[in-house]
Amino acid sequence: MIPDEASSASGTPDTASHTSTKVVLEREHFDRLFEALRRRNYAIVGPTVQDGSIVYDELNSSLDLPCGWTDRQKAGTYRLEKGEDDLLFGYTPGAHSWKEFLMPSAVRLWRAERDGTGFNIVPDEDAAPTLAFIGVRPCELRAIAIQDKVFLQSGYVDPIYRSRRRKAVLVAVNCGQAGGTCFCTSMGTGPKADEGFDLVLTEMLDDSRHYFTIEAGSSAGTEILEELSLRTPTDVEARAAGRVCERAAAQMGCRMETDGLKELLSRNQESPHWDTVATRCLSCANCTLVCPTCFCTTVEDTTDLTGDHAERWRKWDSCFTLDFSYIHGGSVRSSTQSRYRQWITHKLSTWSDQFGTPGCVGCGRCITWCPVAIDITEEVRALRASESARKAADPGKENDDSA
Amino acid sequence: MLPHRHRVRHVGKETSDTFTLELTPTEGTRAWSFAAGQFNMLYVFGVGEIPVSISGDPGKPGTFVHTTRAVGMVSNAMRKLRRGDVVGVRGPFGRGWPVGDAKGSDVVLVAGGIGLAPLRPALYQLLANRESYGKIVLLYGTRTPADILYRKELERWRARLDVDVQVTVDRATGRWLGNVGVVPSLIAKASFDRLNTVAMICGPEIMMRYTALALGKRGVPAEHIHISMERNMKCAVGFCGHCQFGGHVICKDGPVFSYDQMKGLLTTREI
Amino acid sequence: MTVHDLKPILAEHPFLKDLSSGHLDLLVGCASNVRFEAGQFVFREGEEANAFYVIRQGRVAVEVFSAAKGQITIETVGEGEILGWSWLVPPYYWHFDARATELTRAVVLDGKCLRTKCEQDHELGYGLLQRFASILMQRLEATRLQLLDVYDTRA
Repeated sequence: MIPDEASSASGTPDTASHTSTKVVLEREHFDRLFEALRRRNYAIVGPTVQDGSIVYDELNSSLDLPCGWTDRQKAGTYRLEKGEDDLLFGYTPGAHSWKEFLMPSAVRLWRAERDGTGFNIVPDEDAAPTLAFIGVRPCELRAIAIQDKVFLQSGYVDPIYRSRRRKAVLVAVNCGQAGGTCFCTSMGTGPKADEGFDLVLTEMLDDSRHYFTIEAGSSAGTEILEELSLRTPTDVEARAAGRVCERAAAQMGCRMETDGLKELLSRNQESPHWDTVATRCLSCANCTLVCPTCFCTTVEDTTDLTGDHAERWRKWDSCFTLDFSYIHGGSVRSSTQSRYRQWITHKLSTWSDQFGTPGCVGCGRCITWCPVAIDITEEVRALRASESARKAADPGKENDDSA
Repeated sequence: MLPHRHRVRHVGKETSDTFTLELTPTEGTRAWSFAAGQFNMLYVFGVGEIPVSISGDPGKPGTFVHTTRAVGMVSNAMRKLRRGDVVGVRGPFGRGWPVGDAKGSDVVLVAGGIGLAPLRPALYQLLANRESYGKIVLLYGTRTPADILYRKELERWRARLDVDVQVTVDRATGRWLGNVGVVPSLIAKASFDRLNTVAMICGPEIMMRYTALALGKRGVPAEHIHISMERNMKCAVGFCGHCQFGGHVICKDGPVFSYDQMKGLLTTREI
Repeated sequence: MTVHDLKPILAEHPFLKDLSSGHLDLLVGCASNVRFEAGQFVFREGEEANAFYVIRQGRVAVEVFSAAKGQITIETVGEGEILGWSWLVPPYYWHFDARATELTRAVVLDGKCLRTKCEQDHELGYGLLQRFASILMQRLEATRLQLLDVYDTRA
């Protein structure tokens, strides 16, 4: 459900002031949630273990969830590990993000058929699947909201994103633990989900019980809970659920110093620090691929061998590639430092000018999945330090780096 | 956004590497209007799509005129099109020249090379409402006399009594008896009210930068100087990220920008 | 036109603006009117350079000729502009041809005469050198832009 839209997919007007329904679901009944979603014709996608990590893929039942699995993440490192308990959601997000489903990595825009003197364009029917996302983290909810701003509220509307987004139901999960590269608290995006979900789960596990409290965040969510017909939480249960995120908040692996961040970057376009990070950065584009808000794409026009059928495809792209900025004769950003600078400046500074908030949600994926362990929070620190050092060395000189 | 089919009415050579395409909507496609300075995305079947400025008369909607250089795969394929061929058109996109805002002022148009093509619609509009403007000055520079674009039209405009047209080339052989020198050098000699002038510059980035500097030296405020920026473009609707320039997105916030918006960016390398 | 009539013409020229009346008189003492028909050479490469020209009307092309490239116009100098600086620096000879492309009227200033006066009056010398430095800077900047060949898109 898109919070700002006047009517939900099920046709019921979504008012901002509905009272939120809260229920308790025992672990052994978890599949009832799956069944309720399936009855509404949702295909369910969510976390599952594959090839040594947790990815988002289609789920048949709660058995496909990464029960008992956890991960160890730090800059440049991801290890899937067996957890100490049987939590269903005891992990931190892996490389996948929900943008796989909302803005697919490859999608055909239209076909064209040669026709005598010219050609005809054949638009593709809207084949957007109806999906329920299970296990959306608060940072991911915020990432989706950020992409909503980009694709739905910035002038033009992307019909592919809109169609998928409208049909999607978001079942979020509050975080009970934080990962080695998480910094959602710095960015104000978690570890507790405030809004943007249809349902949000909080997983509770102690010696005697394993259960979930579920809260509805939209009329579609409320409908599902009403159908599940579960009891409301007791005061004890509600209080315990409220404390789950405290542990996560205290465990953050990284911290972004956000003070004056936008201005720091725009002042330091000519900082010598960019040369330093460029000695490490491979411009491999991993960070942009795993980032849940990065949205750059390219288009490819192809024909088949007969030359009578053409297609236009939209595919993910990255500002780190050399030809991303190519114009007649050369690329504008041919050096690695200019491309790294572009990415981090857009993410943390100019994104705010364009879309009203920073583009970073503090999920830490770019830190984990960088093959040379570049940490965006450390880069900000280093940029600040570099600026201070230059000011200290030459206090009389006006800091004119962005003249 | 789907391309709308347009038929090629005419393909004409302008200079050795420049040509003009005239497109009319096919049956079922409505004609639409455009603002001077906007561009279309033109698609050649199976080859690809490129952004090309519209260089026709905004007062004559219904035909899209595009002058462009044949420098890549798509533009070279476009050059080989024949009358009757079909081209896909998406657009018009972008923010155009402030022709309306310039009413009551002198207007200085400075074009370099192919840059005259996106400025021509502005000149058509200015001339169509001539009495709304003060002095109109057109300064045009290009590489050699053989590269002069729209030569006959330039001569016609020059012959008018109410437009000041100066042309220069970077280099020439003896047969050329006109100006030889760079475009910014024409600024010092042009006559306009520096405090009440709107300047519109289009051409290679270096040329625009130095022209803007020359205008600034003459005392034209930066917010009255406008340039047309160019970057790699794929979607033209602000989603693909390719045309990001500083915090601006050229396909939506531009391609026309005021010089004071651009100042820091133009001198930052690789931005 | 008498020599005295040249003083107001030189005085109002932007290049000589703010020169003292006394200095203007010194310049006028070295000045005379000159006229070139279309196609006529103003000076030739290799000739002694003992003058500079304040163009009042018309256009002069600064040219270079070689067997391989034929004749190339490097730049044109028009109304209100200054032509010629080789008189300033030894060995005082022209490095290029200059030819009027249309009927051109100019005030020519005798370089030898001026050099002597500048030696005697260093303030005059400094004032002229300042002005010529400014022209040289403009020409150099323009030449660099020409070298950049900004209109050429071949990679």
